[in-house]
Amino acid sequence: MKHVFTKKNRALLSELVRTDFKLRYQNSILGYSWSLLRPLLLFLILYLVFAKFLKFGADIPHYPIYLLLGIVLWNFFAEMTTQSLGSIVARGDLIRKIRIPRWIIVLSSSVSALINLGLNLIVVAIFMVFNHVSLMETAPLLLLTIVQIYVLALGMSLFLSAAFVKYRDITYIWEVGIQGFFYLTPILYSISRIKDPVLLKMLFLNPMAQAIQDARYALVTHETVTVNNVLHNSIFRLLPYILTIVVLIIGVLYFRRESKYFGENI
Amino acid sequence: MVDSEAIAIRVENVAKSFRLPHERSTSVKHVFINIFRSKRKFEKQHVLSDISFDVKKGEFFGIVGRNGSGKSTMLKLLAGIYVPDAGTISVKGSLTPFIELGVGFNPELTGRENVFLNGALLGFNRSEMDTMYNDIVDFAELERFMDQKLKNYSSGMQVRLAFSIAIKVNSDILLLDEVLAVGDAAFQKKCFDYFRKLKKDKKTVIFISHDMNAVREYCDRAMLIEKGRILTSGSVDKVAQRYTRLFLNSARASEELGDKTRWGNGQAKLKTVHVIQKADKIIVTLESEFYEDARDPIFGIYIKNPVGIKIFETNTGWERVKIGSIEKDQKVTVKWEIADIFTNGFQTVTAAISSHDGSDYYDWWEEATSFVIDKDKITTAVALPKATVVVDITS
Repeated sequence: MKHVFTKKNRALLSELVRTDFKLRYQNSILGYSWSLLRPLLLFLILYLVFAKFLKFGADIPHYPIYLLLGIVLWNFFAEMTTQSLGSIVARGDLIRKIRIPRWIIVLSSSVSALINLGLNLIVVAIFMVFNHVSLMETAPLLLLTIVQIYVLALGMSLFLSAAFVKYRDITYIWEVGIQGFFYLTPILYSISRIKDPVLLKMLFLNPMAQAIQDARYALVTHETVTVNNVLHNSIFRLLPYILTIVVLIIGVLYFRRESKYFGENI
Repeated sequence: MVDSEAIAIRVENVAKSFRLPHERSTSVKHVFINIFRSKRKFEKQHVLSDISFDVKKGEFFGIVGRNGSGKSTMLKLLAGIYVPDAGTISVKGSLTPFIELGVGFNPELTGRENVFLNGALLGFNRSEMDTMYNDIVDFAELERFMDQKLKNYSSGMQVRLAFSIAIKVNSDILLLDEVLAVGDAAFQKKCFDYFRKLKKDKKTVIFISHDMNAVREYCDRAMLIEKGRILTSGSVDKVAQRYTRLFLNSARASEELGDKTRWGNGQAKLKTVHVIQKADKIIVTLESEFYEDARDPIFGIYIKNPVGIKIFETNTGWERVKIGSIEKDQKVTVKWEIADIFTNGFQTVTAAISSHDGSDYYDWWEEATSFVIDKDKITTAVALPKATVVVDITS
């Protein structure tokens, strides 16, 4: 592990992230402020549609924040995986002409996604203040949840970006896959609507479902249904976490095997 | 044997082949289809086989070869961009490849931002770049443009900027792939100055080139790759000579294939076009046979230099040599002695026979033969192209 974060690699990582950020808001008048303004406006729409007009989640305290947090975490996962997916191919010019550790490219898009997550969480904090949500002592647990989602997304990203070099339809598959995954995760709908106990248990094997519910529990309200309420066997409770680790391991191994041939396959 | 301490790069029995995309499965559908097929269709192209060589520390080592010989693949293997199928490559010390200048340059970023990005790709962190930044900009002579976007730079400016960053690299081993080929004369001079500096600093350099003059001037040793194998290696002169001979052989080969332009009405045919090289002159001999009677036919040749420019041209008409009346089945041999005015490299000879007024061509043979000039020293004296012609008619 020592050679992973050498001085050179850190410098390269930070420069790639910087470039990514600079290019993102090129030629826009408001520039970097868009990175805060964009989630703010998007959340306002969601708030109006789901909380005000449709009156979703009347049974859940602080429903707008509850919804918002779910969306923010989901967006982080979706953004990181889709951006990483094409990252290796997009940086093909570097890979074919210079020797840099290939994983740095995936890592740099993941850092960009992390930065966006940070900005979005600031917006969530602003909404929390306006909604008079008091900060609970469980709030620091949110960090652990973010780490878990990051690990899951990193595993997926490594796998997808390496597979995309060989099979260009991965991008379409993932586009559809992530939509399905979105509905397998209780983000827009409340998990209490699912009455079938078996289905409920199955749903919680999805690490994203478990993570988002945990985050809501930690930050918004303890009335959230979490994996602990649904799965009673402690081994089952560990399953979503184990799945997260498994995804990471598969991603790392596949990436390591394929990355040798990136130079010739891109 | 050289002791292993002094070796910078050791390549042992390296082989590399690529799967040619005959029908490469770039989509998942193909993968599924291929699973059900008994055999997958792909052709293996062996790019390099059984390559072994050592490069000593502080050596300027040239790798030469024609296009498609595998020399660029070798460079990419050394750079770690490709992984060899078999064999080992061991590198001692830090290594930086220059397959292209300005890798990662982004047109949407300013010159300044690109300097830092390119620097990071070459292994420098921000503070190192900060200390070098002014030097780089000074050397590139682009002070006024650093806050403009790179897309507004001319290509010459971009190369200058990239080169100024590249020369800051202080790796033990450098791989250079014909980066010299770009830029104007002033830029080329800068490149050659940099080469001299590398030599003075005792850097290990692997230099890939077509340019035999550059290889002769800078390399201590060289290696010639042809069709993925080492043809010869050792002294630069030996390698350079072998390299020029390769072109001669390939010209002969394509002659046999008959892909040269040849036309004419067939009244007479050139049988052979032959070149003999003497110390200070070139002797070109045309042998022809006539199938119909002809009066005062004209024999002519021209010689093109390595870049395809006509260097010398003559014919019996200009020289006022009357061939006279030729009868059917007579053979005519025409011989020119030409002062050696040619520069180093691969020359081609085109020969023709026409009617006395040049209105009909009996036989036109484009690039009928070729020869290679390989002088150790290029003489500066300019000799006037003088030719003497001897005509010999036999029945």
